Amino acid sequence: MGSIEITVDGDPRAAGAIGPHTSLLDWLREQGRTSAKEGCAEGECGACAVLVARPDGAGATRWTAVNACLPPALAFDGQEIVTAEGLGTAPTPGAAAELHPVQREMAERGGSQCGYCTPGFVCAMAAEYYRPDRAAEERAAHGECGPNGFDLHALSGNLCRCTGYRPIRDAAYALGAPAADDALAHRSMQAPPPPRPTSVRDERGTFLRPADLAELTALLGETPEALLLAGATDAGVERNLRHTRPPLVLAIDRLEELRGLHVTETAIEIGAALTLSEIEHTLAGRVPMLDALIPQFASRLIRNAATLGGNLGTGSPIGDSPPALLALEATLLLVSATGEREVPLAEYFTGYRQSVRAPGEVIKAVRIPLPLAPLTAFHKIAKRRFDDISSVAVAFALTLEGGRVTTARIGLGGVAATPIRALATERALEGREWNEETARSAAAVLRGEGTPLDDHRASARYRSAMLEQSLLRLHTEAVI
Amino acid sequence: MATARATAALAATSLAERPEHPVVGRAVSHESAELHVTGAALYTDDLLPRMPGALHAWPLQSPHAHARISALRTEAALAVPGVVRVLTAADVPGVNDAGVRQDEPLFPAEAAFHGHAVCWVLGESLEAARLGAAAVEVDYEPLPSVLTLAEAIAAEQFQGAQPIVTRGDAAAGLARAAHRCSGEFEFGGQEHFTLETHAAIAQVDEAGQVLVHSSTQHPSETQEIVAHVLGLRSHEVTVQCLRMGGGFGGKEWQPHGLAAVAALGAVLTGRPVRMRLNRTQDITMTGKRHPFHASWEVGFDEDGRLQGLRATLTSDGGWCLDLSEPVLQRALCHVDNAYFIPDVELRGRIARTNKTSQTAFRGFGGPQGMLVMEDILGRCAPLLGIDPTELRRRNLYAPGQRTPYGQLVRHAERLPAVIDEVAARADLDARRADIAGFNATHPHRKRGIALTPVKFGISFNHTAFNQAGALVHVYKDGSVLINHGGTEMGQGLHTKMRQVAATALGVPLGLVRLAPTRTDKVPNTSATAASTGADLNGGAVKDACEQIRARLAVVAAERLEVGADAVRFSGGSVTAAGGEGEAAGTTLAWQEVVQAAYLQRVQLSAAGYYRTEGLHWDPVRMQGDPFKYFAYGAAVSEVEVDGFTGASTFLRTDIVHDVGDSLSPLVDLGQIEGGFVQGAGWLTLEELRWDTSDGEGRGRLLTQAASTYKLPSFSELPRELHVHLLERAAEDGAVYGSKAVGEPPLMLAFSIREALRQAVAAFGPAGHAVELASPATPEAVFWAVEAARQASGS
Repeated sequence: MGSIEITVDGDPRAAGAIGPHTSLLDWLREQGRTSAKEGCAEGECGACAVLVARPDGAGATRWTAVNACLPPALAFDGQEIVTAEGLGTAPTPGAAAELHPVQREMAERGGSQCGYCTPGFVCAMAAEYYRPDRAAEERAAHGECGPNGFDLHALSGNLCRCTGYRPIRDAAYALGAPAADDALAHRSMQAPPPPRPTSVRDERGTFLRPADLAELTALLGETPEALLLAGATDAGVERNLRHTRPPLVLAIDRLEELRGLHVTETAIEIGAALTLSEIEHTLAGRVPMLDALIPQFASRLIRNAATLGGNLGTGSPIGDSPPALLALEATLLLVSATGEREVPLAEYFTGYRQSVRAPGEVIKAVRIPLPLAPLTAFHKIAKRRFDDISSVAVAFALTLEGGRVTTARIGLGGVAATPIRALATERALEGREWNEETARSAAAVLRGEGTPLDDHRASARYRSAMLEQSLLRLHTEAVI
Repeated sequence: MATARATAALAATSLAERPEHPVVGRAVSHESAELHVTGAALYTDDLLPRMPGALHAWPLQSPHAHARISALRTEAALAVPGVVRVLTAADVPGVNDAGVRQDEPLFPAEAAFHGHAVCWVLGESLEAARLGAAAVEVDYEPLPSVLTLAEAIAAEQFQGAQPIVTRGDAAAGLARAAHRCSGEFEFGGQEHFTLETHAAIAQVDEAGQVLVHSSTQHPSETQEIVAHVLGLRSHEVTVQCLRMGGGFGGKEWQPHGLAAVAALGAVLTGRPVRMRLNRTQDITMTGKRHPFHASWEVGFDEDGRLQGLRATLTSDGGWCLDLSEPVLQRALCHVDNAYFIPDVELRGRIARTNKTSQTAFRGFGGPQGMLVMEDILGRCAPLLGIDPTELRRRNLYAPGQRTPYGQLVRHAERLPAVIDEVAARADLDARRADIAGFNATHPHRKRGIALTPVKFGISFNHTAFNQAGALVHVYKDGSVLINHGGTEMGQGLHTKMRQVAATALGVPLGLVRLAPTRTDKVPNTSATAASTGADLNGGAVKDACEQIRARLAVVAAERLEVGADAVRFSGGSVTAAGGEGEAAGTTLAWQEVVQAAYLQRVQLSAAGYYRTEGLHWDPVRMQGDPFKYFAYGAAVSEVEVDGFTGASTFLRTDIVHDVGDSLSPLVDLGQIEGGFVQGAGWLTLEELRWDTSDGEGRGRLLTQAASTYKLPSFSELPRELHVHLLERAAEDGAVYGSKAVGEPPLMLAFSIREALRQAVAAFGPAGHAVELASPATPEAVFWAVEAARQASGS
């Protein structure tokens, strides 16, 4: 195996002497590339955002903005990173600044005040600037999309404490198309660097990127306690805030066997290591429940790294995907060195961050059965509309025939130690006429589902009230 | 024409008047904008990779809200590989105090809050220091703790002075009132959440001079505290602040002790010491905006005019005094906001609780005082049967009236002016009708619109702080380097100071460069705080420039063959005014005059000084003229509330704000918008929750991360935001006719809160009072909606 090397702003840099617990951000800063900043160390503020060359699914590169504070630097062995320093250059004695169009708009419109969050904003904005289908979207400016096709949600993972965001929004909406000779646009027409096997072992721990699924399951069979690392959006927080230092990290985010997306007559199968953004691009419009869910799932910076497998693998009771997948009656494909099995998601969670996933098993894919229920909705209750963790999440999948509810599947998050199905409410709906009286009586049942707690996000009383309100809202808003 | 020029000549030396073609008033980008966007701008911790061999500091934080430290053993920590030293109280050669009142021990014998740093470990790496801190053994003897304002009030656990502002006879005012209401209101504080956390790097040079790079709004006070902790004189310590990644008051007082720990480590080890709090440490260790409790009784006459107000404001000061006393003074001086109250009695006190020490935060108590009054008016309007905007209008100060603390409200006529203008720009009356129509047809969504004014006093209440210095050098090639005592935290102070210098010297902006703030360049500075940065330092920079310009005028006068007072400096050219003599029409280049001055041995450098005239303040009687002037503004906001969840959407905000004659319009616009959104965050989203149970985690901050303490995001930016600067608004008491802008716009966000109250009210019958918690989170709004649905009309 060759030496560890990461290309930063066009320069290959050796990254040998770092263990598995040094984040990409800390490594960049140790290299003297200090434009990326640590603001929160948990992927919430985006001050550390950088661009990474990722596959676009069609053989070329998509410049993808990610938080550098979360993934270990070793996860980028052989990869290409671009920071704000690489996008343009500051003025130096005797030379004027050479600003990237994103940088110029930000500088001229008052998009920076203290400037600390700015390099991260610039990188997140640049990723959206280069998004190939942006300019093609000839929609008029509306809601959270600019006249230039700029989706403001691209910046949902960046926080600014100074400007109040208006000048940043104006800068984003003023961007044109990349010039013909734009270096990064040109680079994006070629394939990104392929993943390559990585192996680093030292006294701080071991980092391995297996070459294929067979190698992974073999390794996992030998050391089932290994940390499976995909987007690192949870593991990175554990490392930074709770200082966990797992002795063995297995990077699985680029394994092709976990990155398939197949649609058959009977099911949609989504690879566990596809990022949420990739699912969003690829499935757009195919599963309305996911179209409703994904834009509300954390931020674009997180979705560019986070995977469905990770969201299910951590087993968090407030993950946003389980309620939706429960309502869709999804199943999980679990694979190990000894074989593969399929488990209904409703039977997967066994307790707080516990599941039936056995030692040595990895989630390979999520299978959503077809046909989909015709009436679905995903209601996320949180303090902040952009990038927040749910107090309560409710997903509905209803089938109506002749004005009656024939099947009802309701997934809930945030009201128990695991994501749950609202079984009593489902029973209260099925067979009933879909009218206000049914909605009201079922809503009263829904209010009593789960065992919500008081915490810093919401009171138990509010959580219960939100369950009730969500069914009333469904009835009010649903277009049959 | 000649007369106009002569006037301009005189004016050029007055504080407020501008010369022709001034550089101030131009909309220019932040002076570091190109460095910001390319990531080349350096912040304190960015110096680390440029400083090899630095040690890293990590604190050991108390797991108890209140506990005596009966033993602290460091042996195991020192055995951890890479640990170099553990800093404890025994290492302090000077005074073990991070403040100036001996109530803030840097290395405490008693942990006074959950998260209190009890000692610091220095390591070759941050990881080594962290593991070392985990190995330190501490014996704690837990003590009873007081956490909430209610607990502190019940226990009468207060600290510091208990000031009272009175005018007339509040009891008589209440007695004659046709309508009386009373109530209580407790509202939350706010975490600064500067994107750059606290940071310092200290080193010692070969002569023993201590240099501390600190992210501080108050380098001189950081210098003083470092010196007293180290047992040194101030001239042995230099503090430099390159720039801050946000301040908002959070770096006015809090950086001192952290810089002192770094400096102590550097002195004891002889190596540079880097101190950077991570987010968890920053939020659990350092101070925040004060939460307040208010109880009040108010009286109105038949027409809704305020007659009397009696109120007690209790702030939650946390574990030590910090800046709580001046914060409370400013709160009491702003309860009136924009309204005349004839008979008034305002009492203030500071609770001592086992929480972080609450401190300065944009507005410095002013927002809290004003919030009490705006909440009173918002609650009472439906009980009086008066539209809330009309109620606010009827009570505005009129010219000639004085505040409860005795200061004349100069330019009171600007209050109705900004209100009328913002109402017109927002098309308030027509939109009210539209909203009524919307609400009548939408059972589950309701809209509300509200107008609120701001009057905010500018100057430090403490008169002595209202002074500043500057150091300006003109080099032989004509280039200009300025230093001043103010710090840059994103507010654009350095941008404005370059514009002031270019205006005063009459040179192009590109000739003026600014050097980082250092205590060995300008001594004895005040904090860059209280919105006064541009007023004070601008006065000092202008003074220094004008000294140099006056000397250059003598040199130029000889060549132009005119009197020195007829020499004009503008745009890099030096000319004679008046058109007499042979030299009329002759233009000298700035560089030429500078060269000539050097050869004639004329000093090309000057120290400038400024102090605000006309201030006096008696903090015991709480009377005087503490403010140079008032900044005015008003906002109209429209919001929509979702009845299913309580979530709100900010639809549109219009602002008219008085910045005098703006020194730098793009900078001022940024301050107004940013302040407004930050205020909206405080009032609707940002929630500090502490573990108040009696369990093991008592006193722990529960919202100690960006994932749980939510800052405003794009979703809190109103869909439409229109800001207009009040025109013809020159302020004759401040530099080039400008006004301070840092803090006042934060309070424009009251319009969001009052619009939410209107929207909530629309879920119920007309005429009922709506009580709204603060912050008005979706949950709080939902419960208010539920209460409105169940209310009966008046």
